[in-house]
Amino acid sequence: MSLAVKAVGIRKSFGSHEVLKGLDLEVAYGEVLCILGPSGSGKSTFLRCINHLETPNSGYVWIDGAIMGYALHRGALQELPIRQLRAQQSQLGMVFQHFNLFAHRTVLGNVIEGPMVVRGLSRAKAEARAMELLEQVGMAGKASSYPSQLSGGQKQRVAIARSLAMEPRVMLFDEPTSALDPELVGEVLEVMRNLARGGTTMIVVTHEIGFAREVADRVVVMIDGEIRETGAPGQVLSNPGDPRVRSFLSRVLA
Amino acid sequence: MTQSPPKPTSALSLPDLPGPDTPIRRLRHPGRWLSGIAVILLLAMIGRAFAVGQIQWPVVGEFLTAGVIITGFGWTLLISACALVLGVVLGFVFGIMRHSENPILRFAAWLYVWIFRGTPVLLQLLIWFNIALVFPRLYIPGLVDERMVDVVTPFVAAVLGLGVNEGSYLTEVVRGGIGSVDRGQKEAAHTLGMTPGQTMRRIILPQTLRLILPVLGNSAIGMLKFSSLAATIAMGEMLNAAQRIYFINGAVIELLFVCAVWYLAGTTVLSIGQYYLERYFGRDTAATTRDRRWFKGWARRPAVEGEV
Ligand SMILES: Nc1ncnc2c1ncn2[C@@H]1O[C@H](COP(=O)(O)OP(=O)(O)OP(=O)(O)O)[C@@H](O)[C@H]1O
Ligand SMILES: [Mg+2]
Repeated sequence: MSLAVKAVGIRKSFGSHEVLKGLDLEVAYGEVLCILGPSGSGKSTFLRCINHLETPNSGYVWIDGAIMGYALHRGALQELPIRQLRAQQSQLGMVFQHFNLFAHRTVLGNVIEGPMVVRGLSRAKAEARAMELLEQVGMAGKASSYPSQLSGGQKQRVAIARSLAMEPRVMLFDEPTSALDPELVGEVLEVMRNLARGGTTMIVVTHEIGFAREVADRVVVMIDGEIRETGAPGQVLSNPGDPRVRSFLSRVLA
Repeated sequence: MTQSPPKPTSALSLPDLPGPDTPIRRLRHPGRWLSGIAVILLLAMIGRAFAVGQIQWPVVGEFLTAGVIITGFGWTLLISACALVLGVVLGFVFGIMRHSENPILRFAAWLYVWIFRGTPVLLQLLIWFNIALVFPRLYIPGLVDERMVDVVTPFVAAVLGLGVNEGSYLTEVVRGGIGSVDRGQKEAAHTLGMTPGQTMRRIILPQTLRLILPVLGNSAIGMLKFSSLAATIAMGEMLNAAQRIYFINGAVIELLFVCAVWYLAGTTVLSIGQYYLERYFGRDTAATTRDRRWFKGWARRPAVEGEV
């Protein structure tokens, strides 16, 4: 399997508070990686560093042939102009905890926005593709609704379709079900399960241990800005070596 | 029980309960009738006072459509429209600058608001009108080289004064509007690969526009009225035209009433336009009002259950 993403020595501080303490991570094409960890351990920050919503203080992210946000020039990482950074960012789809749908656009409008503005597709082409994706997440019937008229689960499925419309190499999910009422979690996880089965490369920060056990190829446990455990879900979840990981898992599995 | 009306909780045993179709008598509101009648009487008295007062209504009617007044009103509309456009443009430019990453741009926008919101608009009009005292010539190499008094006519001074002043208010409104669009949508746009410019144009500003539309409506109405200040700088708009007439014929109050009628007509039309614009841009909010009446003061407040 060839590598899709490689994070090298990612460090990030907010003020004097070091949130990420030099993280390394590799994700192969087709792989589903779940990141678990207690609240405040830096999972969101790590994901946001991977797609440069936050700029790491040091370290870098390589996505299939290029370094995010930099050009390697005479042994130094030269920051890229914003337009080139954005082009790279669009290769990583991001699904947020709070959906972040464009409130002034319909469901269809949300999904065609990226393809039309960034990839330069014609409206007809973008809409045809958007309807396929909305079909795939079960939201085709709501194409002309506005976000304010949808339930949380529906919003999240639209947000997933919006990200997929950019045909990203990798999909990042930051606790996609944490803001949902319990009865709506299932419909979003189902969509994600289908994506995983279809071979989409995914990095998923989640508290849904069941989902991680079932869908993930690999599980990573982060504690205090460090990766403490990594491996197959069966092994990490049932028989972790690190004592702090064991205590974290015993709390969430209880 | 001797109390009247009876307390609803007085002991009522189950066999005494009335049937489901028992008629319901609503509470009367005699106070509403009394206050209504009092207000109508008051309005009638004020109306009568003006009808029999020292004012010649035929003169009002005569000058209502006089050519000079209509031309003046035309200037009023033109000044207001130009100043509003200028104000909106400046408001957006400086409002966006207030959110710039560049601290110098942020400071410049702050300075603009500080100066032009912090001084009276009448004073600003007078300064623009007399700007030739500071800069006798307007000289931009290869473009303009003219005497300032020829460039800054009363019309130009009025548009600059009112527009630049309005822009300082709208800057703050636009700044607030941009700040109120949640950061998450901006980040979502970035992860789709949209540049800052595209994000601003396609995601943030459209939502800002909806938020500031009510303010823009008020600006337009205010501008129509504030344009009368231009009468002080020899601009021949409606109030100035009326003044020039009553200096000659002495019908002061009549001509002022003529102006009042036209201003009211203008602001009414703008209110109607504002209502429909807001409804159009409010499409995507869940609580879209179904109320078709633009004149909200007349419309009934929403019925509360149990009210007649
Ligand atoms: N923009 C920021 N400014 C300052 N501190 C921040 C910022 N973002 C995150 N932090 C801090 O970084 C730490 C890690 O936050 P992060 O959101 O990455 O944790 P998390 O693992 O995602 O937690 P959760 O499970 O609650 O989402 C926290 O202590 C948080 O307060
Ligand atoms: Mg988080």
